[in-house]
Formats: sequence, C-alpha cells, structure tokens
Amino acid sequence: MTYDLVVVGGGPAGLAAAYEAFNNGIESILIIERDMELGGILNQCIHNGFGLHTFKEELTGPEYAERFIDKITDTSIEVKLDTMVLDIKEKTIYAMNPIDGYMEIESKAIILAMGCRERTRGAIYVPGDRPAGVFTAGAAQRYINIEGYMVGKEVVILGSGDIGLIMARRMTLEGAKVKAVIELMPYSNGLNRNIVQCLEDYDIPLYLSHTVTQIIGKTRLEKIVVSQVDDNKKPIKGTEKTFTCDTLLLSVGLIPENELSKQAGLQIDTRTNGLVVNETMQTSNEGIFACGNVLHVHDLVDFVTQEAQTAGKYAASYIKDEYKKGTSVKVKNGKGITYTVPQNMNTISKESIRVFMRVSTPSYHQKIVVNCGGKEIASFKKKTLLPAEMQSIVLTKEHLAAIEGDITIYLEEGK
Amino acid sequence: MTAELKKLTCIVCPMGCELQVDEKKKIVTGHTCKRGEIYGIEEVTHPTRVITTTVKLAKSIYPMLPVKTNGAIPKDLNFKCMAILNQVEWRAPVKLGDIIVKDLLGTGIDVVATRTMGLKK
Ligand SMILES: Cc1cc2nc3c(=O)[nH]c(=O)nc-3n(C[C@H](O)[C@H](O)[C@H](O)COP(=O)(O)OP(=O)(O)OC[C@H]3O[C@@H](n4cnc5c(N)ncnc54)[C@H](O)[C@@H]3O)c2cc1C
Ligand code: SF4
Repeated sequence: MTYDLVVVGGGPAGLAAAYEAFNNGIESILIIERDMELGGILNQCIHNGFGLHTFKEELTGPEYAERFIDKITDTSIEVKLDTMVLDIKEKTIYAMNPIDGYMEIESKAIILAMGCRERTRGAIYVPGDRPAGVFTAGAAQRYINIEGYMVGKEVVILGSGDIGLIMARRMTLEGAKVKAVIELMPYSNGLNRNIVQCLEDYDIPLYLSHTVTQIIGKTRLEKIVVSQVDDNKKPIKGTEKTFTCDTLLLSVGLIPENELSKQAGLQIDTRTNGLVVNETMQTSNEGIFACGNVLHVHDLVDFVTQEAQTAGKYAASYIKDEYKKGTSVKVKNGKGITYTVPQNMNTISKESIRVFMRVSTPSYHQKIVVNCGGKEIASFKKKTLLPAEMQSIVLTKEHLAAIEGDITIYLEEGK
Repeated sequence: MTAELKKLTCIVCPMGCELQVDEKKKIVTGHTCKRGEIYGIEEVTHPTRVITTTVKLAKSIYPMLPVKTNGAIPKDLNFKCMAILNQVEWRAPVKLGDIIVKDLLGTGIDVVATRTMGLKK
C-alpha cells in the first residue's frame, strides 16, 4: 500500500490536518484510527464550549467532530477505523486491524495526531488500599457519556483541571453527590467559566492546596483522607479531613501520547512531553509533521484545529516538493514561561507565525517579550495570565525580519 | 457612595472575563464583547444555562445519545430537565439536530441530538 500522506489518529487534529492537505491539492490520503469511529476524545466531551473561534458558535464535542467528519466524507480521503498503528520506521507505517491483518504502508509524508492520554494513579503517589471505585476522570467520562454506565454515587474528585470540573457537574446532574474537588495547587487549573458553571452552580466545594493522603476500602472504595499541604506541597499534620465516598476520580493531568514517536526516533521536548516541531509543525525528521495534543496539551480545540491546518498545509507542500528550508533558530523560554511551541523556527518564513506557550504561575499586568540577541523585537501586553490558559502571540513578517539568531520569550512587568 | 457591584465571571466563552454588575442600575463593566454584557444582566435577573446530557439509545453501536437544550433554560429547571430526559428512550438511526423533546417544560426550548448515530450493522 502506498499513499502520499498518512495521518495517524482521527481526532480533531488528524481530521483538520487531512482536510487541509486535501485542500492543498493532495488526493491520496489515508487516516488511520484505532477507535471504531472518528472524532477522538471529542466524542465523549458532550458538554458545550467548543468551536467558538473556528465556527463562531458554541458547539458540543460531538458536534464539532461531526463538522469535520462531514467535510472529509465528500473527499477522496480514505479512512481505516479499528486500526492500530504499531510502528513507524522512516516513512513506512506498520499497522494492524481485524480485516486487513498486518499492513506495511509507504507514505511520502506522515502527520502524527495521536492526542494524549491521562496520568493514572501510578503517575501520582497516593498511599493506601487499592479498592475498586478509583477512576481517571476521562475513563469515567467515557463510561457515563458513551457506554451509559454510572460509575458511582458519592464522589470526590482529585484535580481541578477542566476534565475534573466538567465531571463534577456531569456526575451531579446524573444524580451523584459530589462532595469535594481537591486541588494540590493554590489555584485551579481549570478555566474560570468551568469553576462557575460546574462547581458554584451546584455548591460543590473546591479545596485548594489540599491533596488526598489516604485511600481506604476493602473491595470498593469507602473513605478517603484529605490533608492541606504547605508551600512545598507536603501534607500538614492535623489538617486531615475524612470523606465517605464510593468513587474517586483522578484528574491529574494529560501526557502527549508519544510511544510511536519515540519508536520512530523523533525528538521529544522534556518540558511538554510532546514532539519538537518548527513553525510548519515539522518534527525532527523531514516529512513527518505533528499537531494537536501529541505536541502539547490544549485546552481549546480551536487551537488544535489551527495547528492541524498548518501541519496539513506544509505536509502538502513537502509532498509537492515545494517545502523551503531556511536557517533554523531556537525559541527559548525565559522568566515566567514554561514552554513554547514551536520550539524551532525557520527564518525564511514568509508568513506570520503563531507561538503557543504557558506561564508558570498566575501573573497579572505583564508583557510577553520576544528578545533576540539582547534586542526586544516584539512585546504583547497581557492583563491576566493563568497557567490553565494557553497563551499565544503572533509574530508578523516585520517581527520575523528582525530575527537574526535564537530568540527568548519571557514575562516582564507591564503597567 | 458607590453602589454595590456584583462580581461575576462571564461563562459565555472560554475567555472568562471578570464582570462587575451594578444590580440596581443594570450596568455591566469588564466585558470584552456584547454577549458578556447581556450575560451579566441576565445572571443577576434570571440566570439560565444550557444543559448537555445523554438519553438512552437502542439499536446503535453505543447505548447513549448525547443531547443538549438548543437554548438556555432557567437554571432552577436543571434537575427537572434531567428527570424528563432520564425517561426518554430513543432509537437509531438519529441525525444531529433531531428534536428529542419539544418545548421542554414549557420553556419554548427543544432538546436536540448532538450527533448522528446510525443503525448497528
Ligand atoms: C479524557 C480527556 C477529556 C478532555 N476533555 C476536554 C474538554 O472537555 N474540553 C476541551 O476543550 N478539551 C478536552 N480535552 C482535550 C482534547 O483532547 C483536545 O481539545 C482535542 O480533542 C485534541 O485533539 P487531538 O486530535 O490532538 O487528540 P484526540 O482527540 O485524543 O485524538 C487522537 C486520536 O488518535 C487515535 N490514536 C492514538 N494512537 C493511535 C495509534 N497508535 N493508532 C491509531 N490511532 C491512534 C486515538 O484513538 C484518537 O482518536 C480532553 C482530553 C482528554 C484526554
Ligand atoms: S465578555 Fe465576551 S469575550 Fe468575555 S467571556 Fe464573555 S463572551 Fe467571552
């Protein structure tokens, strides 16, 4: 089997990337998805708030996915569902499914869009028993919203990221009692709107600077112990509170799914756990591009779509032999910034470049400064910067013209 | 003396602007767009929410169909809405946008399917 382009993963990133490549003149495209249907994680995100930037309306996850699925149905793009990509060597993809068996697929270019997975109990340390009733929030989301299986009646949620908050509301609406959301950090990692409409609307208490210190239960979870933590995130003795509950949801972070990327020998960024890319979304290997949560964890699907369109467009230009290489400079993170995507940039880029980043702590009235060789080449005023909200800046042609070497992006007090 | 201002977080879009609402004069500040202004007034007069949930679905690959209210309903109807939707049993095939419950609780708002689901093969 040979294709011009193979896209690994049929979530919003894979779908938008494939469609963009098709619109840029590539006809021989295959999307490989291990699930029974396209749409990725969006199928289980039945709440609304997706697509405000892309479609100027507020859609639910499945609605957002269906828009893209509909678009590709009218094209020559082929899809293989229930198919798992096992390995990638150079430009050969090894995949398997129940109908075709083991396949070796040659492709001129590859786009990686495998998304992310959740950190599980193993990734954090909670001492105590190992009873049933401890789920990751995403697994519970899938059970309830897709498989119609209610996971429990009395619930505590560890982690106040968006998935944890959304699940607090979801379980409450389905008749469960959500007793508390516990957050290790002194601030929530979720969007403010989710704190309002998922917790405050239902009087669910949020305990900041707290963590679960013990899990108790023989076969099914019975109780958990929660303690306040100090500045070094160590539990403070004497602050223990016990909650009786049959269910604990863990919403303790997402990690880009990069087993395949590692097997393929691609460079991984230790800050994001995602792939290293340049402004065209090309990874460290020529002709292999990446987009979406496999690069860094997004909180807005609209940005996933934007990134995917960039990947699709440049994969198309690579296939048509029009891809231009320039001198590569590094994008470094300085004070207050934890990472940037892309991590590298071609100085010959003729178009403006959007750079995504996250801040390390909540900061107010700051400037995001772009510095090259001691010279400030751009700065962007920001009133509120929260770690939960991905930031982005756009470097215009004029900014890019001033770049002569590696650049550093950092925060500076603005008034 | 300045009037008591109610602080709200706008939930209309993920920007989450911090609003200040003068409840007496019905004046909103802190919004970035018109929708935030409307939200601010409504939140202090008659708060509403869009409900997204699932109903049972027969004859498809999955047993649940995601649905939403196609407009916001008064916040205090949330659980009444859930009670009605818990009784609904739908059958595949269903198309995105199909009306599942018409005029929910006399609000004039319909509950609609948020995805297409074919018959199980
Ligand atoms: C549990 C969970 C809940 C989330 N909830 C929200 C939310 O409420 N709101 C929000 O804005 N964002 C949410 N996100 C973030 C959301 O993932 C992104 O907004 C967006 O869906 C990412 O798109 P993607 O295409 O990069 O990844 P995904 O949607 O995860 O798609 C990746 C696809 O690749 C497939 N795949 C992976 N490996 C292989 C392989 N080896 N072979 C074949 N196929 C493969 C997967 O099956 C999947 O379909 C959530 C993420 C998770 C993990
Ligand atoms: S005021 Fe406008 S921009 Fe701000 S959160 Fe509300 S809808 Fe979004």
